[in-house]
Amino acid sequence: MIHESNLLSLLIFLPVLGAAIIGLAPRNDGWSRWIALAFTLLVFVVSLPLWFSFDTASHEMQFVTRVSWIPAFNINYAVGVDGISVLLVLLTTLITPLCVLCSWKAIDTRVKEYMMALLVMEAALIGVFVSLDLFLFFVFWEAELIPMFLIIGVWGGQRRVYAALKFFLYTMTGSLPMLVAILALYYTGGETFDIRELSKGAYSATFQFWVFWAFFLAFAIKVPMFPFHTWLPDAHVEAPTAGSVMLASVMLKLGTYGFLRFSLPMAPDASHAFAPIILALSLIAIIWGSYMALVQTDLKKLVAYSSVGHMGFVTLGIFVFNSQGIEGAILQMVNHGITTGALFLCVGIIYERTHSRLILDCSGLRMTVPIYVTLLAIFSFASFGLPGTNSFVGEFLVLVGTFKSNLLAGAISIGGVVLTVAYMLWMLQRIVWGEHSREEGVVVADLNGREIATLVPLLVLVFWIGFNPEPFLDRIRASVKHVVSEMSSVRGVNNIEGHNDVVHPPLPDRRAQHAVVNTAAADRAPADSCRAPPCQISNWDRKQTL
Amino acid sequence: METVISIKPLLAVLVSAIAAVLVMCSYRRPNLREGWSLGAGAIKFLIVISMTPVILSGVMIKYTVFKILPGVELAFKVDGIGLLFATTSSFLWMVTTVYSMGYMRTLEEHAQTRYYTCFAIALSSAMGVAFAGNLFTLFFFYEILSLCTLPLVIHNEAAKDWDAGRKYLLYLVGASSSILLGAIILTYCLTGTLEFNKAGMFAGITATTFSGMEIPTLLTVMYFMFLYGFAKAGLMPMHNWLPSAMVAPTPVSALLHAVAVVKVGAFCIVRLVVDVFGVPTMQNLHLGDYTAIIASITILASSAYALTQDNLKMRLAYSTVSQLSYIVLGVALLSVSGITGGIIHIVNHAFTKITLFFCAGSIYVASHKTNISEMSGIARKMPWTIAAFAIGSLSIIGVPLFAGFITKWNLAIGTIETKSWMLLGVILTSSLLNAAYFAPVVYKAVFGTPPADGHEGISEAPYKVLIPLLITAAGTVALGIYPDHFLNLIKVGIR
Repeated sequence: MIHESNLLSLLIFLPVLGAAIIGLAPRNDGWSRWIALAFTLLVFVVSLPLWFSFDTASHEMQFVTRVSWIPAFNINYAVGVDGISVLLVLLTTLITPLCVLCSWKAIDTRVKEYMMALLVMEAALIGVFVSLDLFLFFVFWEAELIPMFLIIGVWGGQRRVYAALKFFLYTMTGSLPMLVAILALYYTGGETFDIRELSKGAYSATFQFWVFWAFFLAFAIKVPMFPFHTWLPDAHVEAPTAGSVMLASVMLKLGTYGFLRFSLPMAPDASHAFAPIILALSLIAIIWGSYMALVQTDLKKLVAYSSVGHMGFVTLGIFVFNSQGIEGAILQMVNHGITTGALFLCVGIIYERTHSRLILDCSGLRMTVPIYVTLLAIFSFASFGLPGTNSFVGEFLVLVGTFKSNLLAGAISIGGVVLTVAYMLWMLQRIVWGEHSREEGVVVADLNGREIATLVPLLVLVFWIGFNPEPFLDRIRASVKHVVSEMSSVRGVNNIEGHNDVVHPPLPDRRAQHAVVNTAAADRAPADSCRAPPCQISNWDRKQTL
Repeated sequence: METVISIKPLLAVLVSAIAAVLVMCSYRRPNLREGWSLGAGAIKFLIVISMTPVILSGVMIKYTVFKILPGVELAFKVDGIGLLFATTSSFLWMVTTVYSMGYMRTLEEHAQTRYYTCFAIALSSAMGVAFAGNLFTLFFFYEILSLCTLPLVIHNEAAKDWDAGRKYLLYLVGASSSILLGAIILTYCLTGTLEFNKAGMFAGITATTFSGMEIPTLLTVMYFMFLYGFAKAGLMPMHNWLPSAMVAPTPVSALLHAVAVVKVGAFCIVRLVVDVFGVPTMQNLHLGDYTAIIASITILASSAYALTQDNLKMRLAYSTVSQLSYIVLGVALLSVSGITGGIIHIVNHAFTKITLFFCAGSIYVASHKTNISEMSGIARKMPWTIAAFAIGSLSIIGVPLFAGFITKWNLAIGTIETKSWMLLGVILTSSLLNAAYFAPVVYKAVFGTPPADGHEGISEAPYKVLIPLLITAAGTVALGIYPDHFLNLIKVGIR
């Protein structure tokens, strides 16, 4: 059996291995597809222990591996998952095989390269979620851009190059300040890239201010939050179906994941101070995204703008800083991955038949395609949060959290819910009953076995989370509780302007903890390194020896 | 209160959902398709009445299907009030299925499979609302009911049907997914649960403010969010969807827009008063008084509207709006007689109004006439239909020995008990208005001069249309003579 601590590394390297095999194998579209499917399914199976063996009682990192990589800069290859990331990793491993399946017929040029890009992207995305080292995180964060850029730019629609460049430039713009912030953290936090260690530090207000906004730009573009969302509709519209699915289901979550992993723990005071701005931006995103979705005539654009609205709920939930809000936000990330992914798959399926994304060309299906219409209806209902579906649970928690923190914000976000209902039902009405403008001879056939197989796993999850979210929330809960308690406990930062050094936490218990760790670290066996304390200590030691 | 655990409420809900799937699968064989509906109706009715002895002995039936979040469950709870509503709607579903077979086949309507499928799902949802044990379950089935009745409203798919459908969704789903959802979330924030509680869900709150708002103010706001969130109850100004929805085929108007959908709205308001806020909280915040005023305005204004309608179904629709407010008025009195009068009207009005709609449909099937002015003298050709219509009218007016009398009697006693003389005036005035808008219909049909062609070629509707309306007319009389069964259910229900 696979040893627990190697699991996450396997998840990262297996897809890369798959990509290498496809690359080395002779050019044969069939082989490329089957190898890609086999490897993505294998990755999914290998990731299952994350679900079954995850310790739900602990907020600590689990499945940790830690190997020194560039000792000169104290850079480690360190990976692990906690309640915030575990579901996102599982979502990634589930979505990727579906992406391979949905590209089976849709992609018929350069299949080999396409499948390689998809596999490399999976590896990079998993890497982002599991990195425990900021440097490693940044490597994966940038690495994930390239396959996505290629997928949009090579296999996309008519304006693919424009969309791919826009996507790339936006994300790069966000990454650069983040890189500066990472380096600043490295020097301020005691020459370490260890995320767990850096999260424990307390930094001065000014330092937090800069770190917060630097991270904010990177994450807000990725989410995307209003007003940085304009790259998203273009990217979605031009990307092939699998690209859209990966983008919506997984890649957007990098931003909200970043807020939870970095902004909140590393800049708690700045997060508190600027929460009103983030809340306002989230509310604008919810209303504006939903409103824009209402007026779209292009199916993919409609779903893309709906993403802006839905992700607004996620950032809203994160920045109300209570357990319902954050639990709801994390669950909503997963939910959005499931329902929006499914909706993009549905759009892709109809596009393959009509070769048009315009609602007008795809409408009036009536009951000629009963399976398709039923599934589309269920996923649309799930998207606007009909009770009994996954999004209801997530939205409910986020709204409870929001109402608890601010009545007005709650009231405005409810307005977004109504708009969501409106555009989803209207879209559905046009698709099912609307007048269509299809040319004679365009046959819209019902789903085939492969397409059903692509959608059924998501369908199961819609109702599973809708009726029994407890197993999912259970895995999130301990980590959320930890984040919330960290956020609410005063860190006692000395608000001295310009004082950028580490301010030692004044809480006596924490200092005591550090002391214990300091002495314990010396006798700790190297094998125990997965739970090992902070490399800050070893750094400290190193300095002293020097 | 003593409780037992039984899967029966879940079965009662599932029967018609399963029937919906079977109906869909047997679209090639109309007889089998309608057979499923009828069979499911019978099974559902039997399951529902089999719970009666237990409930009458003062025991409550509970069943939890899923635990979703702490305090949020998909759970059923059967009490007297829920059973009363479930018995009524499951019985009338059987009758309506027979009527639909006559109506839809005679008129050779399209999309009949869709029609029967949606009908079955609608019945499942109505049953779910009746047996809902908490606000989540109630909301869950409430939303499904709104969505699955849309295809029934837009059945004819002409431009005016789409307008009606849009209005239908705008009012029902618009209200429920905004203010109703908001109110439910606030309830959860305040109490940490969505479980119904006869003593009032908010009775135990010790805090004085929430997010900077005084609790009594917040509760008052929430009450109105609930009241108008349940737009299916048709309280003015949220009533306009109902007359528009009359574009639907008559059996839909009959069962859904006189029984299932609108009664779900009224039933939710009963739950709101009795099980969410509870009578003590309602009294403390004077919410009963506000509600009574809104209900009174709705009763009088929509009766006046009904007077002006020449289209028979529109007149019935406005009458429904006004009659629904009787239920609301009754529970708003917050006295035993008032609440009893309100709840018993769910049954009484169901039987009465379905009879009237069946008659309107019967006239349409036989003669394709929809306007009252075209129906003069039609009684000579359609004696049974007009006789049933007369029974329905008498019941709505509140003549003794007919179902409507029981309601008005209890409501009047309720107003006297609470010394609300204005409200007594409203009830008496509205009885006059009821007479004013229904008596002329019957008078014209019986004594009016037939048109020049003497209604040539018109005869009674087919027996599949006629028998159901005679059954419900008989029911209307039976309920007027022997209301005890349902009164007993209410007695255990509001205890």
